[in-house]
Amino acid sequence: MRYDKNALVLMTSAAALSLGMVGQAQADTLEDTRERGEVRCGVSDGLPGFSAPDDEGNWQGIDVDVCRAVAAAVLGDSEAVSYTSLTAQERFTALQSGEVDVLSRNTTWTTTRDTTLGLNFTGVTFYDGQGFLISKDLGISSAKELDGASVCVQSGTTTELNLADYFDANDMEFNPIVFDTSEQTVGGFESGRCDVLTSDTSQLAALRIQLDDPESAEVLPEVISKEPLGPVVRQGDDTWFNIVKWSLFAMLNAEEYGVNSENVDDMLDSENPSIARLLGEDGNYGEEMGLEADWAYNIIDQVGNYAESYDRNVGMDSPLEIERGVNRLWTDGGIHYAPPIR
Amino acid sequence: MIHNREMLPSQPAPRRSIGPFAWLKANLFSGPVNTLVTLAGLYLLYWLLTPTIQWAFIEADWQGASPDDCTSAGACWVFVNARLDQFIYGLYPSEETWRINIVFALFTALIAWLAIPRLPYKRWIAIITLFVFPVIAYVLMHGGYFGLPRVSTQRWGGLTLTLVLAVVGMVAALPIGVILALGRRSTMPIIRSVCVIFIEFWRGAPLITILFMASVMLPLFMPTGVDIDRLIRALVGITLFQSAYMAEVVRGGLQAIPNGQDEAAAALGMSYWKRMGLIVLPQALKMMIPGIVNTFISLFKDTTLVMIIGLFDLLGIVQAALSDSRWLGFDVEGYVFTAFVFWIFCFSMSRYSQYLERRLHTGH
Repeated sequence: MRYDKNALVLMTSAAALSLGMVGQAQADTLEDTRERGEVRCGVSDGLPGFSAPDDEGNWQGIDVDVCRAVAAAVLGDSEAVSYTSLTAQERFTALQSGEVDVLSRNTTWTTTRDTTLGLNFTGVTFYDGQGFLISKDLGISSAKELDGASVCVQSGTTTELNLADYFDANDMEFNPIVFDTSEQTVGGFESGRCDVLTSDTSQLAALRIQLDDPESAEVLPEVISKEPLGPVVRQGDDTWFNIVKWSLFAMLNAEEYGVNSENVDDMLDSENPSIARLLGEDGNYGEEMGLEADWAYNIIDQVGNYAESYDRNVGMDSPLEIERGVNRLWTDGGIHYAPPIR
Repeated sequence: MIHNREMLPSQPAPRRSIGPFAWLKANLFSGPVNTLVTLAGLYLLYWLLTPTIQWAFIEADWQGASPDDCTSAGACWVFVNARLDQFIYGLYPSEETWRINIVFALFTALIAWLAIPRLPYKRWIAIITLFVFPVIAYVLMHGGYFGLPRVSTQRWGGLTLTLVLAVVGMVAALPIGVILALGRRSTMPIIRSVCVIFIEFWRGAPLITILFMASVMLPLFMPTGVDIDRLIRALVGITLFQSAYMAEVVRGGLQAIPNGQDEAAAALGMSYWKRMGLIVLPQALKMMIPGIVNTFISLFKDTTLVMIIGLFDLLGIVQAALSDSRWLGFDVEGYVFTAFVFWIFCFSMSRYSQYLERRLHTGH
């Protein structure tokens, strides 16, 4: 998502790779994690709906739920996570140097990051993309009508570049008004310095509810960039890679089969072979991964399926109220599609 | 010739030269220009203060637990109220916060003992504060000994972390700074150049760069499996940075002591360390108090920079709390609270240093 091309991070990471210091680091993460009794997870230093501490000091968010799912699968306890808050600049180093074992920090999956950093993306937790927030008074219903608009945007982010690309590609003029922080950006939008505000759609929701009158603004349907956000692990430890990958798939499959944290105990007796395989009643898919047979049961019981996590953290049950949109399952018209467990 | 045999009884001052009105006239309304300036100033104060007081007190919400309790137009202190524990203890487990309280209480008691002139055994208390207390504090806060559950430093935060960073930085930097300053004034070329290079290197780099190097670059140069705690990395960075500044403050103090003092001590046959320890440093340190406190205060505020390496100091935890989707949009309250806490600490330090200066003012 934001801070996409951080040259320094890439440079240091490349330097480290050439020195051969990462990659082979701690080849048996699973064993180390069991020994330590907790999953070391890198999260953000506060991002609404993705990872932020709640009033009691517990981490909450859709990114945090990935960490909890991995802990439930590996250790049978979703609370056995030690969280490290990481800034955008230091996130990859922390993973490469072995300070954390999973990075679940609102990180966009791109070619460079996947191929040059010695890291692997395990899947997509949230399909994000850059969108526009606009005042309803303007009576505009599509981003194509934005010719000549002044646009509030946060500086130093890929958001700025995407914005320029989009207006160029559609042969439109625009006047960027650049701010340093998100509060200032909201302030600029609210005081009418710009007609439209642009950011990732997940952020737009958080910005919108900071307006004095959230109802006066709406998000346009166009999404002008692809920002698939997902968990990242180190290269060279395929067992661990598989565990993190399938922890997310288990949550998606559970939603597809209608298994949630409420009914998971009843579902243990289900006749449906897919559910029986998911919950470890049939076959030994957990053992093949190096886990217990009830790995997915633990995830669903303690964390919930994908829909529960989404609704609780960013969806309709949260203050952010982000529509599922493309984040629906493929069966409901979205693009989340988990391979079958068999 | 008229003369009195007795002294005239003293008269009270003329009524027009004492009392609040006279003071007002002398200081605020002594001429047309001053009167105008005073009135303009009063209006400015009124213009600034009324809405502030209105916002911060009269129309503010104090009680409650959720954003829904903020119904009036003013500040929503409910946010600070609901999160106060977190702002003080960070993400430290709530059932273990008594450990931090003990450390706070012990620290306050020790410092108070050292600060109040009448109390005896200063030397022993100082030794305990410098050498025994850090061990006790570490054991209590980190745990893992004597059946105390371990609380990793990732969960330290809030005001606690700010104080840990500032106090460790200050206490560790002072002796290193003194040694560096003495080294820089040394006549031995190797010692002098080592000290000069150290000081100029650390003083030449911004603290934010040092923290960034410690958190992002350093782990890459470590052998596999060696994982230095990020708080330790930050602490070492801050201490080295601070000691370079401290060295320059100390050097300033040393240079203010006339050479005659040192020469006279040498003439008495004192060794280098005796001359420094008994004659030069005691006089120099007294003169350096404003400078030392100044660097302490700036260090205290600089600790907020650890935010960029993902440590939750007071400011960091407030910002993290602001990104909880339940509490979006209470930025002003959060920042005002943070500023207030920082102001209290910095102001107290500054007052104490003024008191210390007066008390130690025994010189020429």
